[in-house]
Amino acid sequence: MAGENSFKAGPDERGRFGIYGGRFVAETLMPLILDLETAYEAAKKDASFQAEFDLLLRDYVGRPSPLYFAERLTAHFGGAQIYFKRDELNHTGAHKINNCIGQILLARKMGKTRIIAETGAGQHGVATATVAARFGLPCTIYMGAVDMERQKPNVFRMRLLGAEVVPVTSGSHTLKDAMNEAMRDWVAHVDDTFYIIGSVAGPHPYPAMVRDFQSVIGTEARAQMLDRLGRLPSTLVACVGGGSNAMGLFYPFLDDADVEIIAVEAAGKGVDTGEHAAAIAKGTPGILHGARSYLLQDEDGQIIEPHSISAGLDYPGIGPEHSWLHDKGRVKFETATDADALEAFQLCSLQEGILPALEPSHALAHVGKIAPKRSKSDVILVNLCGRGDKDIFTVADHLGAKL
Amino acid sequence: MMSTRIDARFAELKAANRAGFVAFVTAADPDIETSFEIIKGLPGAGADLIELGMPFTDPMADGPAIQAASLRALKAGGSMVVTLDLVKRFRAGDDATPIILMGYYNPIYAYGVDAFVRDAAAAGVDGLIIVDLPPEEDIELCLPANQAGLNFIRLATPTTDSVRLPAVLQNTSGFLYYVAIAGITGTASADAQKLRQAVEELRKSTKLPVAVGFGIKSPENASDIAAFADAVVVGSALVQRIADHIAPDGSQNEGLVKGVLDTVVTLASAAHGARSGPGAPKE
Repeated sequence: MAGENSFKAGPDERGRFGIYGGRFVAETLMPLILDLETAYEAAKKDASFQAEFDLLLRDYVGRPSPLYFAERLTAHFGGAQIYFKRDELNHTGAHKINNCIGQILLARKMGKTRIIAETGAGQHGVATATVAARFGLPCTIYMGAVDMERQKPNVFRMRLLGAEVVPVTSGSHTLKDAMNEAMRDWVAHVDDTFYIIGSVAGPHPYPAMVRDFQSVIGTEARAQMLDRLGRLPSTLVACVGGGSNAMGLFYPFLDDADVEIIAVEAAGKGVDTGEHAAAIAKGTPGILHGARSYLLQDEDGQIIEPHSISAGLDYPGIGPEHSWLHDKGRVKFETATDADALEAFQLCSLQEGILPALEPSHALAHVGKIAPKRSKSDVILVNLCGRGDKDIFTVADHLGAKL
Repeated sequence: MMSTRIDARFAELKAANRAGFVAFVTAADPDIETSFEIIKGLPGAGADLIELGMPFTDPMADGPAIQAASLRALKAGGSMVVTLDLVKRFRAGDDATPIILMGYYNPIYAYGVDAFVRDAAAAGVDGLIIVDLPPEEDIELCLPANQAGLNFIRLATPTTDSVRLPAVLQNTSGFLYYVAIAGITGTASADAQKLRQAVEELRKSTKLPVAVGFGIKSPENASDIAAFADAVVVGSALVQRIADHIAPDGSQNEGLVKGVLDTVVTLASAAHGARSGPGAPKE
């Protein structure tokens, strides 16, 4: 059990992590949110639910994902030993599926017959479409029109899986707008629809629930480290948009005081250019999509359009628990630019034969900054949360290559 | 709470045995001065109460018409400061028509809750409808607003069952806003008969006036609902009239203000006439 001084005790009964989180939703959704909380609390205590979840993670997702020593990258930087938690090897190519399995089991338990989701890069959309197909439920995915353009392969993938992909043309046509539109759908279909939120965002209980489903990443990694190296890593590094892969890796390590934890936000064209997605670096606390958290907003509380080369990080906010961990100083927030990420993408491809997604390329970019300065006895564990196949068009475009 | 302009207005409506008409427009839509002309004209066109939308970039509970209104307003320089200034200017010429600010919490939070309730009350705001502040978050704004003498008007919805209703009614004052459909503004219309039942059900638990909104577009809708509700709220249909008068290049056609106010006249008279004439229900 997490004690009073634990970093793992949150959220409180009001769904808060300190001042962050909460349930800032329309009244129409409130009864549903409360039902969801009850159902989730029951599922946590239900051994058969956990057993079904674990079995699907093993046989359908392919867990546990390997812990991999990135030998050549380690030699390249000449400092700390670099390990990858290879969640890009999961079914559907990213960590997103862990959470989708958990939520669709809950949807079934609650008797919901229709699934909706938002997606940015398309990884969460693909993962949601996948589990919806697996359980035979109709599925609608909201996706910004701009994101549909830059993630065409994933759009087609979702359609192959039987999902309806609805282009969102409000606002900046990206992830936040897709989330607005998914919430509009939800409020109009409360009776039969389950909204599978893809990040540690949204109203309580989503941030805690998604974290719990994703914690399998950190739980496995922690055990793998102890088993292989007989020690914990010195440093964890993960990218953050909403922050589900990061929360999933970090959570089981939060009370390991000696483990340094670093989250890397997308600095886009640079944190001082105004074109970035660095909510912690440049945002202030505000309320969006059901929770209070750091947000990119102007003085009037209007949301500022974010920018990142990576569609999955192109979000103006961040999960509430991250905001709290930032304020508490438990997690250090750093940034990496589009250019940094592109460079890391290519380096990892050449050195390790692994095409990382542009999202974890941000984490890898930061590793490149710190690894050379660290001692060879240090161990850096990076969450390689997605594979880069979906990004080859974007990367080609930036490198001036024609496909 | 002491009696407010909202209480006084509903008392007058009750005495006259007619339903009120609540007109929603977004502050600074399509621009600050035109918006002021519209707001100023609303009482004369038949609006008994005014709901003024506070523009927000991400209006999650709103359909396309009000989303577009919000974006037009922001583009024209709309902000919380501008919204409160419009209220102040309106109040200088009308001390009786209640004004309710409607919108989302973030612009208020960014302004600062204490400063907001103080400045809103000083500007002449009477009540608040904040879509994303359910009773679970009353400590955020509802309680400070009540202390500043502002009514906090809650939405009851088709998902508000008997278990949920007491929470919704607690700390609610002025009136109760019944959301006719589970959904967003300006989309589907509800069946009047079902609505009547829902409103009658609410009346068993509250003495507050009940206003009905969401999806009310036509004089027929307004009249049907005004037969049993204490007020009908129309928003998207009015805001759409503004959009209709804007050319693709963003320029305004002549007659925008008149066009909007004429629509208010039509809808408000339908609401006002619902309980008179043959077949009107007896109180």
